[in-house]
Amino acid sequence: MQNLSKVIQDTAKKLLEEKKVDLVVGFAKGSLPLRSTPYFARTVEEAGELIWNEYCENNLANYLRKREEKVAVVAKGCDVRAIVALMKENQIDREKLYIIGVPCQGMIDRGKASELVGGREILEAEINGEEVVLKGRGFEEKSSRKELLYDTCARCAYGNPVIYDELVGEEVPAKEVSFKEVEEFEALSAEERAEFLAKEMEKCIRCYACRNACPMCYCEECFVDSSRPQWISKRANSVKDNLIFQGVRVFHQLGRCADCGACERACPMGIKLSLLTRKGVKDVKEIFGYEAGLNPDDKPVLSDFSTEDPQPFLMKE
Amino acid sequence: MIINKSEIAGLLDNLVKEYRVYAPVEKDGSIVFEAIEEGARAKLGTTSKKPAKEILFPQSEELFSYQVDSEGLRMEDKIDDTKSIAFGVRPCDAKSMMLLDNVFHNDLYEDVYYTTRRKNTIIVSVGCSEPESTCFCSSVNSGPFDTDGSDVMLTDLGEAYLAEAVTEQGKEFLLKLNLKEAGEEDKARAEEIKSRAQAGSEVDITGLKEKLDGMFDHPYWDKLHEKCLGCAACTYLCPTCHCFDIADEARDCNGCRVRNWDSCMFPLFTLHGSGHNPRTSGKERWRQRVMHKFNYFVERYNATACVGCGRCIKNCPVNMDIRQVLAEIKAQDTGSEVS
Repeated sequence: MQNLSKVIQDTAKKLLEEKKVDLVVGFAKGSLPLRSTPYFARTVEEAGELIWNEYCENNLANYLRKREEKVAVVAKGCDVRAIVALMKENQIDREKLYIIGVPCQGMIDRGKASELVGGREILEAEINGEEVVLKGRGFEEKSSRKELLYDTCARCAYGNPVIYDELVGEEVPAKEVSFKEVEEFEALSAEERAEFLAKEMEKCIRCYACRNACPMCYCEECFVDSSRPQWISKRANSVKDNLIFQGVRVFHQLGRCADCGACERACPMGIKLSLLTRKGVKDVKEIFGYEAGLNPDDKPVLSDFSTEDPQPFLMKE
Repeated sequence: MIINKSEIAGLLDNLVKEYRVYAPVEKDGSIVFEAIEEGARAKLGTTSKKPAKEILFPQSEELFSYQVDSEGLRMEDKIDDTKSIAFGVRPCDAKSMMLLDNVFHNDLYEDVYYTTRRKNTIIVSVGCSEPESTCFCSSVNSGPFDTDGSDVMLTDLGEAYLAEAVTEQGKEFLLKLNLKEAGEEDKARAEEIKSRAQAGSEVDITGLKEKLDGMFDHPYWDKLHEKCLGCAACTYLCPTCHCFDIADEARDCNGCRVRNWDSCMFPLFTLHGSGHNPRTSGKERWRQRVMHKFNYFVERYNATACVGCGRCIKNCPVNMDIRQVLAEIKAQDTGSEVS
């Protein structure tokens, strides 16, 4: 990872020096253990701050919409999927974007790490190959990197960027995408599903971190913010309204969601949002054989129509 | 006084009969304050994800409701005067209530919803023997055992808590509990624990208010917000943030007026009816958040509106760290200003 950081820095420096770009969006060291932070480098000196590690969890495509200047982005697989989806929606001009693609093996889930150490405060984390060492006041716990990955990362099949101008690091081995948790959820009865969702939605504080962290959520006015008409209650303690908020968000993401899990990672209350978004991803894949952000040349699935399109959702017993 | 930990659940069970008792409880993986029915649920010595301010200033509260029927209009004020105890509050959260008092009860205005709850709530705090690395309470006129805002302060002695009254109200409350007197040894141990407890990090805010006085138009704000997502995780989880929005919810002729937390980090916060927005970008919003806490509030109430709890640091989705922001502000060149 040290090496990768160095390569990214050198690439960024070169791009800035040669004035190929005005800005490089990447990650810098975070202020907390298990954290990196989005970083904007405009000078060669600033480019020296860029890093790459298992804590680069944010989706940087979020910072690329409607940019005036020429931008380079350090982008992992899911960031690139979002970039491709945003290109189709005319939010990103490919001509003005330089993609430094980074094959990704998945990011580490701070929540899982905290759970592993029983909620004690982690003061230091070390990654040695496949082993993660978490240290705190009077404890040292070891775990494997794979076990601590975010669920969305563990189930992701697109760690390798689908498009790039330059690839940094080695491609990761191909994997099958898994919707195991969605299948488990689907297997529950309607009552059990409702109960589960109510419990999750009860945690929501309507901070909208999920929406704002999502590269695909960019409506000028989100329906939850509208007061004329007021579609849903502004009360955070309204479980039903919280579910409408998340439900509509998922519907609006159908065929667009890059399945990055940025929404769930951003949630300070630990709501299992990716279960909802991935249900949408799975349905679109099953019904239309479409996955968002994989092919820059195809049409977004819900903007396309074919008489062969299956329509199982129109008639249901 | 001394309370054995084994007796806490029973003590709370008794209090529940007479008061509404709020305590930190574990709920779906997070610690939150809730009105409890069973004392055994309380997880004392933890710091809640959502600050204890919501006990006095709930995220959403009905201010009044109205109904219109054949007999005319009926209105009902929803002032909550239930006798309550907040048991297991952290000193930073107790301190934040002192700061909120300035806002909700001052020369110009008394917010009857807040002040009624405030008057009817006893605050029992648990001092922080081992503050976290993100805590910087000692840097913002507070500390792990700051008694400001608490009626009773508990110190964790291992198998028991030393309970000390801070206010008259706290003294009366403790007398009612018929607790054992603490021995000299317990008191000495508590003093040692208190003197050893140290906030995990430091921020230097000396001269910060004066520095910010001359920084409204400083270029520092131009880039600060760049990675901010503009969500409300920092403000909603902040014990001192207190901005709210009022919405009417009505169906036919019946409805209610609801007050909900609002956040200066949202574009909508300052959007005028005309469509004009005086805070057009994250730049103005971040400046506002910093200025409100470390300049305007100091100007108005002679206190910093930050208690150093570290929640905004731990919960920011993009790891924006207020400690770094304040350090960077201190390091800015402001021309004529002496830093």
